[in-house]
Amino acid sequence: MSESELLSAPAPTAMNYEIRPKPAGTSDAEVGGELLEVAMGPHHPSTHGVFRMDVVLDGEQVVKLKPVFGYLHRNHEKIAENTTYLASMPYTDRLDYLCSMTNNWAYALSVERLTGLIPPERAEYIRVITAELTRLVNHTCLIGFLLQDMGALGTPLMYAFRQRELILDLFESLSGSRMMCNYMRFGGCRADLPAGWLEQAAQVVGGYGQFLDEFQALISENEILVARSQGVGVLPAELAINSSITGPMLRASGVNFDLRKADRYGIYDRFPFRVPLGDHGDVYDRYMIRLLEMRESVKILEQALREIPAGPIIDPKAKIRGFRPKAGEAYGRIECPKGELGFYLISDGSPNPYRYRVRPPSLINLTVLEDMCLGQTVADAVIILGSVDIVLGEVDR
Amino acid sequence: METLEQIQARLTAEFPAARLERVANESAAGQPSLVVDHAHGQAIARWLRDDPALRLDYCSNVTGLDWLPLETSTKTKVKKIVDGVEKEVEETVKSVRPGYLEAVYHLYSMSLRHGPVILRLRTADRAVGAPVPSLTPVWRGAEFQEREIYDLFGIVFEGHPDLRRLLMWEGYQDHPMRKDYVEPDDYEYEPTPHDEVLEKAGKHAAAEVRP
Repeated sequence: MSESELLSAPAPTAMNYEIRPKPAGTSDAEVGGELLEVAMGPHHPSTHGVFRMDVVLDGEQVVKLKPVFGYLHRNHEKIAENTTYLASMPYTDRLDYLCSMTNNWAYALSVERLTGLIPPERAEYIRVITAELTRLVNHTCLIGFLLQDMGALGTPLMYAFRQRELILDLFESLSGSRMMCNYMRFGGCRADLPAGWLEQAAQVVGGYGQFLDEFQALISENEILVARSQGVGVLPAELAINSSITGPMLRASGVNFDLRKADRYGIYDRFPFRVPLGDHGDVYDRYMIRLLEMRESVKILEQALREIPAGPIIDPKAKIRGFRPKAGEAYGRIECPKGELGFYLISDGSPNPYRYRVRPPSLINLTVLEDMCLGQTVADAVIILGSVDIVLGEVDR
Repeated sequence: METLEQIQARLTAEFPAARLERVANESAAGQPSLVVDHAHGQAIARWLRDDPALRLDYCSNVTGLDWLPLETSTKTKVKKIVDGVEKEVEETVKSVRPGYLEAVYHLYSMSLRHGPVILRLRTADRAVGAPVPSLTPVWRGAEFQEREIYDLFGIVFEGHPDLRRLLMWEGYQDHPMRKDYVEPDDYEYEPTPHDEVLEKAGKHAAAEVRP
């Protein structure tokens, strides 16, 4: 093949999809024109698990990025279809393994929608408390990981994990397990709070504000953090809504949508709290939103720990054995720390669900990953992915 | 928000040629849904998104479904002449509802905070590659979820910008979420005890070679 033929041939890429138009103000002539294809992952440490980004680079600049999924796929939905409703409850812990309590709640809520079970007052309070504690755990970990991605190796993550451990201790004394809680049941919760748990929780929550102050004073206005994250990975609000982005990532783009306010599931209408919103939709806003949301969670927790009533913790109509919902379908969703986690269940009257579908916020929030990364550098792609906040157990299911 | 009956009435006025069918839901959730025909699928989705009273700007969840053929038998009394005498005889009439695949869309409004409106798109049969129109051009949030349904159920979404497998690997042949999926006897990368493999293989081997 002659040299001119080689030059006129299309660039050899293994990916057979066309390159999206480059962002305005960049051209091949400026940077030399040779494209380099790199598979980032599945073993790259910045991908938070086994996730691959096929990137095409023009020098240091990302001109195309395709996420590749499935390395942790075990067909959670099929397994759930082949077992009883209750037997799937511990399996939901493994979806987003940082937030097992909210996963439990989303599943329990959907089954309650399907069957009409109503959790008693005390169970609703316990659910709010555990869910907000889970939000603290998740956001604390996320800012630690995100700063690690930016090069603040070790120290912020250790601060975050020290604080997370206090909450995991609470979960352990409540459910017997630090991370795989398997705590909620259809129509309530599995076990009542152990003696002294509320006092211990109040102590942890009371100290959280100080931790956040300290964390913020240490790093939030750090010059490197600001330079690395402001104006990077901007997500416009219209694109975010059209792409079904949910959770802190949506609110960082300035869209006021929080299911705790929009759906008022559980007893969230009793708690006055604010929904923090971002102005720019960049990585820094996504970082800041998490810190602000944690402060709101602390407020909710303080009120819930004060007001929790005594009483039963499970609906007396709830059946453990021979649980067969009437034929029908239901979609239930909650605001889990990463976004909207939904479960769509179809019952045909048998002990197993006919269809069990998980709406994974981590997967759907990755829809716009390419749009955010185009025109950015490789190092920015790493922190943009970090700011999306994914857990591969949920992405691949 | 309007009820689904009202939405259906307005849709019929807007798209007189569209075939719409309401599906009741017996569960406590009470979320009925609307089956939409292929020809008007995208137009109806756009209308639902842009209508000022509905503004369903947020496609939350897309689910694939596999419905196997369903055999139902009904007993009817028929008058027949048996041995020259007219008698009432009970006859069972069997009818088979053909199987189909389905994509279910849960739509909400972020700006008006209501929902869900549930749309269903049905394929003609259970053939691999049976088409339905893609709604990704209307809501980009459906992009990965439609890819997942294509991967796990084998529904082809016409008009999807990038329809590839999502979770299973390239070159994989089957669609594991189908109800009649048979798992492989053995995984070469995961050694299994030999007897167990033989037992599994025996279940679907031809009778003459069965151990």
